[in-house]
Amino acid sequence: MKYDQARWTDDGDERYEPLLSEKANREVEVEDSPLPDDLTRDSLELPDPAEPELARHYTRLSQMNYGVENGPFPLGSCTMKYNPSFTEDVSRRAEAAVHPDRPDSTVQGTLALCHRLQDYLGRIGGMDAVTLQPPAGAAGEFTGIQIAKAYHQHNDDERSEVVIPDSAHGTNFATAAMAGYDVVELPSGDDGRVDPEALEAAVGEETAALMLTNPNTLGLFERDIERIADVVHDAGGLLYYDGANLNALLGRARPGDMGFDVMHYNVHKTFATPHGGGGPGAGPVGVTDELAQFLPDPHVQSSKGGYEYYTPDHSIGKVHGFYGNWPVLLKTFAYVTRLGDAGLADASAKAVLNANYLAEQIPYEVPFGPFHHEFVASASPQDAADAAKRMLDHGVHPPTTKWPEIVDEALMTEPTEAESKRSLDQLAAAFSAVHDEDDETLASAPERTAAGRIDQVEAARNPRLSWQALDSET
Amino acid sequence: MSERDVSPTGSPYAPHTPAETAAMLDAIGVDDVEALFDVPDAVAFDGDFGIDAHGERETRREAVRLLRRNDDLTEFLGRGHYDHYVPSVVDDLSKRSEFLTSYTQYQPEVAQGFLQALFEYQSMLVELTGLGVANCSMYDAATALGEAATLSQRVRSVSGDRILVPEHLRDGKRAVLENYADGPDLSVESYPMADGQADVDALAETADEDVAMVYAETPSVRGVVAERLADVGDVTDDHDALFCLGSDPVALSLLERPADVGADVVVGDAASLGIGTAYGFGLGMFVTREEYLRQVPGRLVGASDDADGRRAYTLTLQTREQHIRKERATSNICTNQAWVALRTAMHAAWLGPQGLVDLAEECVTRARDLAAELDDVVGLQAPVHDGHHFREFVAHTDQPARAVVEDLAARGYAVHAVDEHLIQVCTTEVTAAEEEAFVEAVAEVAA
Repeated sequence: MKYDQARWTDDGDERYEPLLSEKANREVEVEDSPLPDDLTRDSLELPDPAEPELARHYTRLSQMNYGVENGPFPLGSCTMKYNPSFTEDVSRRAEAAVHPDRPDSTVQGTLALCHRLQDYLGRIGGMDAVTLQPPAGAAGEFTGIQIAKAYHQHNDDERSEVVIPDSAHGTNFATAAMAGYDVVELPSGDDGRVDPEALEAAVGEETAALMLTNPNTLGLFERDIERIADVVHDAGGLLYYDGANLNALLGRARPGDMGFDVMHYNVHKTFATPHGGGGPGAGPVGVTDELAQFLPDPHVQSSKGGYEYYTPDHSIGKVHGFYGNWPVLLKTFAYVTRLGDAGLADASAKAVLNANYLAEQIPYEVPFGPFHHEFVASASPQDAADAAKRMLDHGVHPPTTKWPEIVDEALMTEPTEAESKRSLDQLAAAFSAVHDEDDETLASAPERTAAGRIDQVEAARNPRLSWQALDSET
Repeated sequence: MSERDVSPTGSPYAPHTPAETAAMLDAIGVDDVEALFDVPDAVAFDGDFGIDAHGERETRREAVRLLRRNDDLTEFLGRGHYDHYVPSVVDDLSKRSEFLTSYTQYQPEVAQGFLQALFEYQSMLVELTGLGVANCSMYDAATALGEAATLSQRVRSVSGDRILVPEHLRDGKRAVLENYADGPDLSVESYPMADGQADVDALAETADEDVAMVYAETPSVRGVVAERLADVGDVTDDHDALFCLGSDPVALSLLERPADVGADVVVGDAASLGIGTAYGFGLGMFVTREEYLRQVPGRLVGASDDADGRRAYTLTLQTREQHIRKERATSNICTNQAWVALRTAMHAAWLGPQGLVDLAEECVTRARDLAAELDDVVGLQAPVHDGHHFREFVAHTDQPARAVVEDLAARGYAVHAVDEHLIQVCTTEVTAAEEEAFVEAVAEVAA
């Protein structure tokens, strides 16, 4: 079975699907407006397609795009699981379409649902209080690190460093820097995990927090987590849990029980809200009782006969202009309510089963284990990026490539629980076929996709980021 | 009810049959899936969450049961979150699973559709602002403003740590900005307003060489169309500071082009097209000058060529981003609001340029006319500020504003209390049919 993408071209034209501006641009003059001329623009030039043309344009574009419903999508670290259709309907209920400036008393349904979701996420992560405000995982990290900062300042204990393992997500480093911290990068031990002795050497009285993903980006559980927590806590630092890999552990272990003080949840990963071509997601943050006073403003609590917003005593303030990505939170609520304890635990069981089965079926070496919901294979001596391009020709989306760097020519693979044995076998067949191909074939891949290999160097050297930029070339 | 629907023992979205699971375990060489978890006993979780599983129908019913506790109000609310009519075709097309269930375009050869849609979105913002570079989304208007403040620290030739913002500013927007300003140690200060407009003379007085960025909005949070933006641009020019302008795509379809008043960055909520009322769910617009290209936060889609020499699109200049540059990245943003940008572009294209201008003009005339009607109501004066309004305006109430808000809620309408005797009223084409009854309700409660 091959996944061939539609190629829509104008004959003799070097375009696949013309831009909207190439099809139907129109310039209108702004005149006789209800505003004085000096407050208005002169004209506006934008596409003006009729609705049938619009429908056809975007339908064609969608046919040149690969989503979870097109086939396996084992993009490591991203948890591209199936997004249940019904959650879309829940998020679009008319009763949910309320304005953020309404008085609390008139949005009791929204507050009740948020309160319930806060509670569910707290139980799942083993945390005492949860805010739903951060609109993405990285925003959750920022929230969590600002909370850690507020905690230290509250104790008159200014600290300047955040410790992060070298295998961590790039967002961790960027978040720490954004919050004004110096980053201390911790080299991984030989087994791919945090080396507690190296950690001891790295932490001190300047350590505000350790940011850790568990299982880590190699899929490995940090077995020394208790000792790690002690080392950080003994130095007066806090332990931050990056929730990107929580889909490995549902019902098996909880960050709160491991000693983490702050964590974020990636609901678009663990709780199946759609990734939307890059977002929106949501990044709720859980904290211990001690840190609840620093949560973002406002927070939902139960009140006499209902629910209300309040400002936590030492709140860090806000991380979203309103209340976060509300429709995404509705989908999260729907997913968690649908699955319950048994379904969530089974999701992790099948995610871990699938990763282990797939790794068993492929010819590439997997240097580190035992892994959980994802594994990092080495494409070496092949180029991982080339191998990935060739996998596109075999009808599947490839893994994340060349990262983490601890594995040479990394193929970071996370099949999720959504793949059947049959589709894992197809995926394994794609890995195997690519494994046996020569470098020349890989370098010229892909050839069966909507576009051939795209020149990245040209894109960056000659940035053309709008149709206006393309027009000005000709 | 089928076994799959109740799913007491497993995820309904994991396709494995017991026989397949057994075969897979056998291939791996373990007896039980639990053997695959390498979790030390000391931290293993052996309790339960206490969350019951539900069928799909039951889950929907439960969500709706909770949501029905929201009062059914006609909302005359705005202040940064606006309700414009979103056509069905936007819903239908954006829900196509190829769009909705895809992710960041790390493999552009199988993501040409989304990349082109984002490229088109960027292009529309370039036309609306007159500035050269739009990214393909921040989370919302407030976080986009925060990112603009950090941008000022990267592009400025002289150092400065003051961020000047209008006295009339949504609290939430300022609070987010304060958090973004915390890391780089910037200080956020207000400059005064004069009759709902930036008091440019006072602004000029407070501005000095320590100013890194001046933020102004048009329309303002109170709905007033700014009339002296070019003067704000002159103030920032005088002090080598960034001029950040807040607006939205509907307003920009009619108002003077940000590039023409000297704006360096344009931020705001672009989801005024494409989303409608969604409890503040938005789309951070971020557009800036080409010279700041390499300091822009977030994803950028660029045009290139594929191996056959055909035009193709790809994420570009990724060396600015966290997954490459780590702690030296321009922002920590990864997951963004791409799908909302897709909807915004669809909605803008559906309206077309004339539709956009017409909609924007309607925002001016509706606010003007509703204010005039309310001004005839005993106990209420509207609008409080002179000048032109866009979608919304502030009115003075003889009664305490809170009482007016509560009494109106009891009659099925929502407005916002700004101050002890100020309320704010927003109207769009969505509330048009309700305006007459609303004015009658106000007349009942305002006297």
